[in-house]
Amino acid sequence: MTKEYKTITEVSGPLIFLEKTEPVGFGELVQINLPDGTTKRGQVLDTSAETVVVQVFEGTGGLNDESGVVFTGETIKLSVAKDMLGRILSGSGEPLDGGPRIVPDDRIDVNGASMNPYSRMPPKDFIQTGISTIDGTNTLVRGQKLPIFSGSGLPHNEIALQIARQAKVLGSDEQFAVVFAAMGITNEEAQYFMEDFEKTGALERAVVFLNLADDPAVERLITPRMALTAAEYLAYEHDMHVLVILTDITNYCEALRQMGAAREEVPGRRGYPGYMYTDLASLYERAGVIKGKKGSVTQFSILTMPGDDITHPIPDLSGYITEGQIVVSRELHRKGIYPPINVLPSLSRLMNSGIGEGQTREDHKAVSDQMYALYAEGRDMRGLVAIVGKDALSERDQKVLEFADLFEDRFVRQGRDEDRHIIDDTMRIAWEILAELPQAQLVRVDNKFIDKYHPAHKIKSE
Amino acid sequence: MEVKGEIYRVAGPVVTITGIKPKMYDVVKVGYEGLMGEVIKIQGDKATVQVYEDTSGIKPGEPVENTGMSLSVELGPGLLESIYDGIQRPLKVLQEKMGDFIQRGVTADGLDREKMWDFKSVVSSGDSVKGGDVIGVVQETTNIEHKIMVPPDMSGTVSEIKNGKFTVAETICVLADGTGLQMMQRWPVRQPRPVAKKLMPNKPLITGQRILDGLFPVAKGGTAAIPGPFGSGKTVTQQQLAKWSDTDIVVYIGCGERGNEMADVLNEFPELEDPKTGRPLMERTILIANTSNMPVAAREASVYTGITIAEYYRDMGYDVSLMADSTSRWAESMREISSRLEEMPGEEGYPAYLSARLSEFYERAGYAHVLSGGNGSITVIGAVSPPGGDFSEPVTQNTLRIVKVFWALDAKLSQKRHFPSINWLTSYSLYTQGLADWFTENVAPDWIDLRDNAMDILQQESELQEIVQLVGSDALPEDQQLTLEIARMIREYFLQQNAFHPVDTYCPFDKQYKLLKSISRYGEMANAALESGVPMGDIISVESKDELAKVKFEEDFDSALNVVMTKMDDEFAKLGGK
Ligand SMILES: Nc1ncnc2c1ncn2[C@@H]1O[C@H](COP(=O)(O)OP(=O)(O)O)[C@@H](O)[C@H]1O
Ligand SMILES: [Mg+2]
Repeated sequence: MTKEYKTITEVSGPLIFLEKTEPVGFGELVQINLPDGTTKRGQVLDTSAETVVVQVFEGTGGLNDESGVVFTGETIKLSVAKDMLGRILSGSGEPLDGGPRIVPDDRIDVNGASMNPYSRMPPKDFIQTGISTIDGTNTLVRGQKLPIFSGSGLPHNEIALQIARQAKVLGSDEQFAVVFAAMGITNEEAQYFMEDFEKTGALERAVVFLNLADDPAVERLITPRMALTAAEYLAYEHDMHVLVILTDITNYCEALRQMGAAREEVPGRRGYPGYMYTDLASLYERAGVIKGKKGSVTQFSILTMPGDDITHPIPDLSGYITEGQIVVSRELHRKGIYPPINVLPSLSRLMNSGIGEGQTREDHKAVSDQMYALYAEGRDMRGLVAIVGKDALSERDQKVLEFADLFEDRFVRQGRDEDRHIIDDTMRIAWEILAELPQAQLVRVDNKFIDKYHPAHKIKSE
Repeated sequence: MEVKGEIYRVAGPVVTITGIKPKMYDVVKVGYEGLMGEVIKIQGDKATVQVYEDTSGIKPGEPVENTGMSLSVELGPGLLESIYDGIQRPLKVLQEKMGDFIQRGVTADGLDREKMWDFKSVVSSGDSVKGGDVIGVVQETTNIEHKIMVPPDMSGTVSEIKNGKFTVAETICVLADGTGLQMMQRWPVRQPRPVAKKLMPNKPLITGQRILDGLFPVAKGGTAAIPGPFGSGKTVTQQQLAKWSDTDIVVYIGCGERGNEMADVLNEFPELEDPKTGRPLMERTILIANTSNMPVAAREASVYTGITIAEYYRDMGYDVSLMADSTSRWAESMREISSRLEEMPGEEGYPAYLSARLSEFYERAGYAHVLSGGNGSITVIGAVSPPGGDFSEPVTQNTLRIVKVFWALDAKLSQKRHFPSINWLTSYSLYTQGLADWFTENVAPDWIDLRDNAMDILQQESELQEIVQLVGSDALPEDQQLTLEIARMIREYFLQQNAFHPVDTYCPFDKQYKLLKSISRYGEMANAALESGVPMGDIISVESKDELAKVKFEEDFDSALNVVMTKMDDEFAKLGGK
């Protein structure tokens, strides 16, 4: 059997230090046997002929130099099988639902290898979420990584669930499989998700990984990797389209910071490790489509911005990696608008490949750009009006100001169960509110689209 | 003679070895799988190696072997149209060898060893040749004639020269001292390739992007930086430059950025036509893709791999442009390695040598008289990704001290979907003066005046805006209201350019000139009308003015513009202006 070492020399935060081992591999999975018979798991962070440093996932509580350490000789793996669907697992992949252990079809290294950029197929299939501010102005496509940037107390969970319920590719009945990973969220929040999954039947095609607020923080570092491993397996081995929801990225980053501090590393910006960009990229980049494979991995993660600050390192580094962001705004929420998505700082970088003729409609891009320009200008105008009064505005500017209100009221606001069709609802509403302005003010829209889709012309030609 | 050492310690990408005495920057093979790494620190009997691949499972005690060579790239026919990782492994070959996910321990030659190229000599036996001299040519792609040069550090008398089909590794020329030359040569990436003489850049890089060509031009052989927060347009601008710049060769480095963006280039470039030659853009392009999830040490190397390849084509006398997206990720890879080495951190944790590395890199740009006889250039355009969009951070600041052109991206503009979101008030180009003659001769004699005038109006606008914020625009005198209107036209009609519009994505200089000229013409007529008492409301609501907004989207731009401008003359004539 593999040798057990009782040579722990130091326990510090989540780390243990050992001496006099045989050569141990970097990144190896470690089992720690406590004197009371329980076991914990860990991973090798640093290995030399003299000292080995191990980070312990379940925390070092109860550990002492009596504890035995066994090096397993392999890296952390997840047992995967198609019947993972419908299962609820812990943050490190153990069953939590009272069901049997997964009978593995394969055991896969959770760190995943990087996808060869040459093998990637640029994502382009339009996903209809039924939410206008996404479909109309920040389109999501299959294989994209598009997180929600939110703040505490805002309805990001509702939005994520509404998307999980409604998301579909037009003209296909195929439903997404969902991989849900909770990282440090409260039990109550987790319940909220689970109940919705159960009610809608989504649980049957979901794999759930739960690391809750009172679970060890270090475990959070492997939870998303477990989830993404499961997602890749379902997508690339079983041809499924998988929607991955990781929540909350902020808790993950806090765990990363805590580990860095325990290792006494030189901290980067605001105390977060200098390698946080690379670390986050190793999660986010695991979305995509591979040439010649049927399945795909789409990521729609939740991130709460500390202090609603988008320049905070967590949203900032995320935004540099993900393919856009959907920003939830406290201001719109206070106005009672649901979903309170502020389109201005929101972005979908893959929108252009998912819209237009053959996907949605030829005028989609122009209409979206036009609404952005007017809404941005209209919001600026609000600030101005507060100082100089509405009468000081030119006629043109007053129209723009009114547009901003219409946009929030008709385009942004919708029901929690309202599943809008891209053409019949979202684009129709867009044109209706644009038609409130003089045509000369629609400078972003080609004349041929105005002739074809502007309500004034449509009525004439009908 | 093979000296083997062993691994002493493994901590992520940094491995300490003992038992051999390598030189700094020697390439070593680490562990049973022979992972490639480079010596970056020597201390006593130990040396520290940055490993270009994942080190999971690697143990102390595993063997280490020194190759005795520095990190080098293979240079020769076959570079064009390739996509490489940061250490010049062709990603296509990696995919064939190990599938869609990159496994470690696989080696792959930078240049295909099987492919035959048709070599035509241009020297004869008895000729004496020195470093950089061309000994023959190969048609690498339809438009690029690849010049086979004597490596810079060699010279001699040709004793034998061949013609015909050969692989890159076969000897095609023998010198009197017996040295055999192949089409392929190796060059250590951290060492600049020599030129005969550096020259002052004197021609603009024509990019087809109005705000760049028109307001803030970069010279061929110049340097530019494009800093901006996420989502402000760094990558789209870099890709626009890669697509439409009038250079012979493009080296595009995706350094620590998204895999999908590289896949996009790979998908799109073979379909797009080079406006200069009509051939697929891919035929002039070399891609280096070391994306954010690929090993950081190879990310550090990717920038050097790219610039060395660029220098090689410059040495043939070509104009090369190199885009690095993003130099901040490169700087971060230095920081990551440096912190693993437990070096004393400088500003924000970056190593103290950050600034030196940045300037060494940009210094490899330039317009030069090359060893093979003609002139060649490398234009370097680096994206910078400042944390939180704050330009006061070390990478942005150190870069701005070096480069001559600053294209400042502005999140406020991108949120309004004003693209390219380059701020016209804070950006600058130090080449404007030096290129003035070129513009006057090649664009139009009044181009410089038009441009200066446009800049002046934009400047006035920003001052007037401050007043408007306090009193509203209606309170301004009419001539100032008109200035605001013209400024808006310059911004929306001229500066805004949609990279995704089939027509507007590329704007030839002639069109840029006519657009700006037409806006200026409206300004003249409007001011004259105002002076002769025409009410402001009428001047602003001439239809042709709004129609001018859309002519840039027309395929037949010239005739569309003609129609609009004729109408404008009519409309003003009716208003009773002069
Ligand atoms: N010139 C442009 N024309 C149209 N859209 C643009 C342009 N530049 C940027 N964009 C838009 O902005 C988005 C973000 O641009 P990108 O270059 O990816 O930003 P960055 O690299 O700075 O994060 C793009 O996906 C695109 O929608
Ligand atoms: Mg980018």
